[in-house]
Amino acid sequence: MKAFLILEDGTVFTGTSIGSTKDMISEIVFNTSMTGYLEVLTDPSYAGQAVVMTYPLIGNYGITPDMESRKAWPDGYIVRELSRMPSNFRCEGTIQDFLKEQDIPGIAGIDTRALTKILREKGTMNGMITTNENYNLDEILPKLKAYTVGDVVSKVTCDEKYVLEGNGPKVALMDFGAKKNIAKSLNERGCEVTVYPAGTKAEEIIASEPDGIMLSNGPGDPETCVSIIEEIKKLYNTDIPIFAICLGHQLMALANGAKTYKLKYGHRGGNHPVKDLTNNRVYISSQNHGYAVDGTSIDPKVAKEAFINVNDGTNEGLAYEGKNIFTVQFHPEACPGPLDSGYLFDRFMDMMKGAK
Amino acid sequence: MPRIKDIKKVLVIGSGPIIIGQAAEFDYAGTQACRSLKEEGLEVVLLNSNPATIMTDKDIADRVYIEPLTVEVVEQLILKEKPDSVLPTLGGQAALNLAMELEENGFLKRNNVRLIGTTSETIKKAEDRLEFKMTMEKIGEPCAASKVVKDVQTGIEFAESIGYPVVLRPAYTLGGSGGGIADNRTELVEILENGLRLSRVGEVLVERCIAGWKEIEYEVMRDSNGNCITVCNMENLDPVGVHTGDSIVVAPSQTLSDKEYQMLRTSALNIISELNITGGCNVQYALNPDSFEYCVIEVNPRVSRSSALASKATGYPIAKVAAKIALGYTLDEIKNAVTKKTYASFEPMLDYCVVKIPRLPFDKFISAKRTLTTQMKATGEVMSICDNFEGALMKAIRSLEQHVDSLMSYDFSHLKGEELLEELKVVDDRRIWKIAEAIRQGISYEDIHRITKIDNWFIDKIAILVEMEQKLKTEELTAETLKEAKRLEFPDNVIAELTGKTEREIHDLRHDNGITASYKMVDTCAAEFAAETPYYYSVFGSENEVVETSGKKKVLVLGSGPIRIGQGIEFDFCSVHCTWAFAKEGYETIIVNNNPETVSTDFDIADKLYFEPLTPEDVESIVDLEKPDGAVVQFGGQTAIKLTESLMKMGVPILGTSAENVDAAEDRELFDEILEQCEIPRPTGGTVFTAEEAKKVANRLGYPVLVRPSYVLGGQGMQIAINDHDIDEFIGIINRIAQDHPILVDKYLQGKEIEVDAVCDGEDILIPGIMEHIERAGIHSGDSISVYPAQSISQKTKETIAEYTRRLAKSLHVIGLINIQFIVCGEDVYVIEVNPRSSRTVPYISKVTGIPIVPLATKVIIGHKIKELGYTPGLQPEADYFAIKMPVFSFEKIRGADISLGPEMKSTGECLGIAKTFDEALYKAFIGAGVKLPKHKNMIMTVRDEDKEEAVEIGRRFEKIGYKIFATEGTAKVLTDAGVKAMTVNKIEQESPNLMDLILGHKIDLVIDTPPQGADHSRDGFVIRRNAIETGVNVLTAIDTAKALITSLENTDIQKLTLIDIAKIK
Repeated sequence: MKAFLILEDGTVFTGTSIGSTKDMISEIVFNTSMTGYLEVLTDPSYAGQAVVMTYPLIGNYGITPDMESRKAWPDGYIVRELSRMPSNFRCEGTIQDFLKEQDIPGIAGIDTRALTKILREKGTMNGMITTNENYNLDEILPKLKAYTVGDVVSKVTCDEKYVLEGNGPKVALMDFGAKKNIAKSLNERGCEVTVYPAGTKAEEIIASEPDGIMLSNGPGDPETCVSIIEEIKKLYNTDIPIFAICLGHQLMALANGAKTYKLKYGHRGGNHPVKDLTNNRVYISSQNHGYAVDGTSIDPKVAKEAFINVNDGTNEGLAYEGKNIFTVQFHPEACPGPLDSGYLFDRFMDMMKGAK
Repeated sequence: MPRIKDIKKVLVIGSGPIIIGQAAEFDYAGTQACRSLKEEGLEVVLLNSNPATIMTDKDIADRVYIEPLTVEVVEQLILKEKPDSVLPTLGGQAALNLAMELEENGFLKRNNVRLIGTTSETIKKAEDRLEFKMTMEKIGEPCAASKVVKDVQTGIEFAESIGYPVVLRPAYTLGGSGGGIADNRTELVEILENGLRLSRVGEVLVERCIAGWKEIEYEVMRDSNGNCITVCNMENLDPVGVHTGDSIVVAPSQTLSDKEYQMLRTSALNIISELNITGGCNVQYALNPDSFEYCVIEVNPRVSRSSALASKATGYPIAKVAAKIALGYTLDEIKNAVTKKTYASFEPMLDYCVVKIPRLPFDKFISAKRTLTTQMKATGEVMSICDNFEGALMKAIRSLEQHVDSLMSYDFSHLKGEELLEELKVVDDRRIWKIAEAIRQGISYEDIHRITKIDNWFIDKIAILVEMEQKLKTEELTAETLKEAKRLEFPDNVIAELTGKTEREIHDLRHDNGITASYKMVDTCAAEFAAETPYYYSVFGSENEVVETSGKKKVLVLGSGPIRIGQGIEFDFCSVHCTWAFAKEGYETIIVNNNPETVSTDFDIADKLYFEPLTPEDVESIVDLEKPDGAVVQFGGQTAIKLTESLMKMGVPILGTSAENVDAAEDRELFDEILEQCEIPRPTGGTVFTAEEAKKVANRLGYPVLVRPSYVLGGQGMQIAINDHDIDEFIGIINRIAQDHPILVDKYLQGKEIEVDAVCDGEDILIPGIMEHIERAGIHSGDSISVYPAQSISQKTKETIAEYTRRLAKSLHVIGLINIQFIVCGEDVYVIEVNPRSSRTVPYISKVTGIPIVPLATKVIIGHKIKELGYTPGLQPEADYFAIKMPVFSFEKIRGADISLGPEMKSTGECLGIAKTFDEALYKAFIGAGVKLPKHKNMIMTVRDEDKEEAVEIGRRFEKIGYKIFATEGTAKVLTDAGVKAMTVNKIEQESPNLMDLILGHKIDLVIDTPPQGADHSRDGFVIRRNAIETGVNVLTAIDTAKALITSLENTDIQKLTLIDIAKIK
């Protein structure tokens, strides 16, 4: 069946429908990872967005037990080609079936490179995937322009808290849309991880006397998370070591008076070089963010830039002065992407040990 | 960290002659590195014995030494030039081994020279089997169970403790020489003995066999600050068991999930960090297809063939970055030359799929075993880029120029069921064609996978192509089907064949429906950033992104495709220089080529690079888009010449010599007319199509005669026939390959062979020099030792040659280059071959005469006259040097290949000997080719009757320098009768001790075995030569070569070599 991708600027791509045949309107973003499509699909940070994969051959190894959350989150999925014959020893099914099961509409067979170039040049924009051949641009375009991602954190966070048992330090993980591997990385290091819904009050967390607090990644515009930021301010004021990733990093910065802004087309992929400013070492990182912290907007007495992006100089991490708090924009938990910055979990472990 | 300040003068060591396993990729790497060093203001001294390379150009380095790659030479050179540093990681295994020896013998330390790029500890840790294993164990990286053995008995014991099959890998060899898989004790003993001999340190690794696992490679970069990145990973379609150089390789990996991808990536980074490598490194893995279990197969602590491929596949210039790292820069300080926005400290992301297919030499070695093993056999490779795997595979297939353009090109349909399954078990270069046939016959993926171990994902892709064949064959051709067939890169001629239409009809149908190729950019970053590098590949069904360019005149330079015997790196040298010359003249330059190993496909050589097959259809698509003002075909070897007619039909003017005149040189009748007009004699002969006609002509001329197809390069299919029977056999072989062109039968003249290259502007000619072949006519010019200036012909003959050249160039209206081969008998000069294009000898003669032939020819093509360019027309004065070009062979790599020399070319590369005296030049040339004598001072002679008289003289001279001569009965008698001491040995079929025992006794320096002319069916000679080659004995099959060798041995002492900076030759 034919499918159409209609962009806010009026560009239309014609391809083949994959997954669900329902219409969808969403923000269109691209990801440059060559492997890890399943991890991308199940990363809650993509809630409210439709993802274009720039690598043209998707689904080659099928569906493996590598989901990063309980379900797939993107509103839509855009690819060049889906493999008809997945092959891998862990393959449990095809991506075609998965998209249908997850009710995610998509489009295949379009020039994803041309689409990526549009998004790169004009910036991230909204779009629609439809199978209706009689679409009317005059009706659709205003709808596209009106779309906003909105409050998605509440959609993706867990309903109630749960615990991953461990014998080591107790970590409270604020789930703003956490990828599984964050909890797993801590749990593997022995931590007992208690995962809290995003709306949990700081008091409840502080009362549980954790050895450390982990603020997770998540979707959407950080500035809209007003109430969460208020709670984070309270967490900041304790002496509990805090490590934050992605949205968590942005929220901690906002809680301390910094500004965030929307990047033209974001960083999404597994090849972004970040430099650790303490030793000038460069690590290749996994990234997925559309917003960034303005590194100059934070009071240097409060926090210093700890990491920057080598490509565009944007802020990639902050070390809070006089506090056991450090936060990063990228994803040390990887999945998908390079495992190079996994050492940051060790640093958090040391911090928790040192704070005792 | 910024550049280390006290590096001021760097010696870069190249990789030497092109041999299987060490080829053009090192010219590419070395050239890029030298340019990168010069960009930093450093003085670069270059050493490489290979004159055909671009790196040995005075444009590339400040001082250029084309001298043998031996420890003695490097030491002398360091004392002479006093570099402060040596960069050995860009010249392959050859350079690395030299550096190791210099480090081990303390020379570098004594002379305060440092190794940059990597340390000797690192090289040792990576290359020494035992140290490598210990290092891997230390960091918990798994290797297959293995043991280093120094003798056969220990090997047997270990192999039997871990069980057969086992893999054998000799230490310090290249391209896996001497390695293999042994299934039982007999095979083990055979391979192990050979491997122990070939290893520089007499060590072989015996290893658990992991054949059938996925073979995955990572290209990794690391700087002195410890920053690491992977440039790219690659997956071999052929599982472990076939050398990666002989495997079909795809980038990036296709069947690995992120978990497997990252697991191996992390391992590769751990390894490069532990080895403390600064620069590029290649790590090869075997990955169990049914689990996360993996083994590290090998680490190359240097730039390799795979890094050339990875560079071209991603756009990331590995050699350039490696050179900067060697100077102390860190990755985050080096700009990404493709995007000019980002830095070298990132990982390329591909939004396309790359396929590499090796170019194997079985068309040259018909008797050789086609089987692919862990010992590399490919001479070159092609690469293609597309947005789908099937398309990339189809494009790569037709880039091979091996008469293949689809999965139907090798026909296995005569094999049914069980027979086909049996054939599938044979691992050779036609395996994907066999799989395609298996799919056509309905054999299940499971069965195919069970036998071949090739991943089902790849089998399915082959099936998709087969399904399209069936669809085209059986269904009405709709625009929709055509569109899909083109997306899968079916060429028009194949679609035409399948649909029963003409190629023209398909072409028109495509254009009527708007189905045309569009071009995408290789930008290292999957379009995330705007890139400035115009490096393109074609796809169907997508948007075109080629940017309209300047108002400059545009010239299309057609490259020479994959490196193969007969068409090597020299044509890349010519293409690149031609491109540079056009650029200097203000043209916009466009290169089309498909060889990932070469300099011409580097992204900053031309204004635009199209990485595409060199077929008429693929070139036409580019022409339609670019509308060039002209095309140059005379620099890209036969590959480019073959496109002349098609280009004319497309309306593209051929710059330089016109197509009709190219034709006139090849068309026998036209050419005879021209010779007659010019009053130039040629050996009499005739044009034929059948064996009957050939025999008639041959009998009229009288045997021996030379039989060859027209329109070939490297003498492919050329043979000397001595009777009717030979004719039948040779014509049969020629006709195995479909021939559109007639076969030539000429009287065979046994005179001196002379060769000239000349530039002609339509009026005047310029001949840089006359070259003479040491071997008499009958041996292909590419396999002959070539001497400049010609030694044994008179001044009058030289003048005749110059005059004939002038007449021929003029009558053929040559504008640009012409190459002519003559035979001189006494004072008589005959023309035997004329090629109105650049030749193999152009780089060599340019370098030794200091005359920039290709730039001159290019300027002439544009319209300049030789006189305006500052040259006096005619034969140029002889240089002050003797320069000898020595062919280099890779026979030990090709099991079953006959090594005897004849009219068909067999050498893979060449080296140069240049000196003030002839003897020293000759000596250097032999040393450069690896003929290091004497060792044991024992030799074997067995010569044909015609050579016996001359053999006596040669024998006497070898005896005089202390050689003990063994000879077969006939030869021994002649020698003894003439007073030369010779021991008679039994022929192979006779009882021991016989010839074979001698050879296998490892005490023989040299075998002189001249086989009789004509079709040689004596198994004896063949077996002697093969065994000698495979045990590392030098074998000479021409009496003239033997004479040259003894001359060189008589005269020179290695300590006294004079080193010549060819950058100073003007």
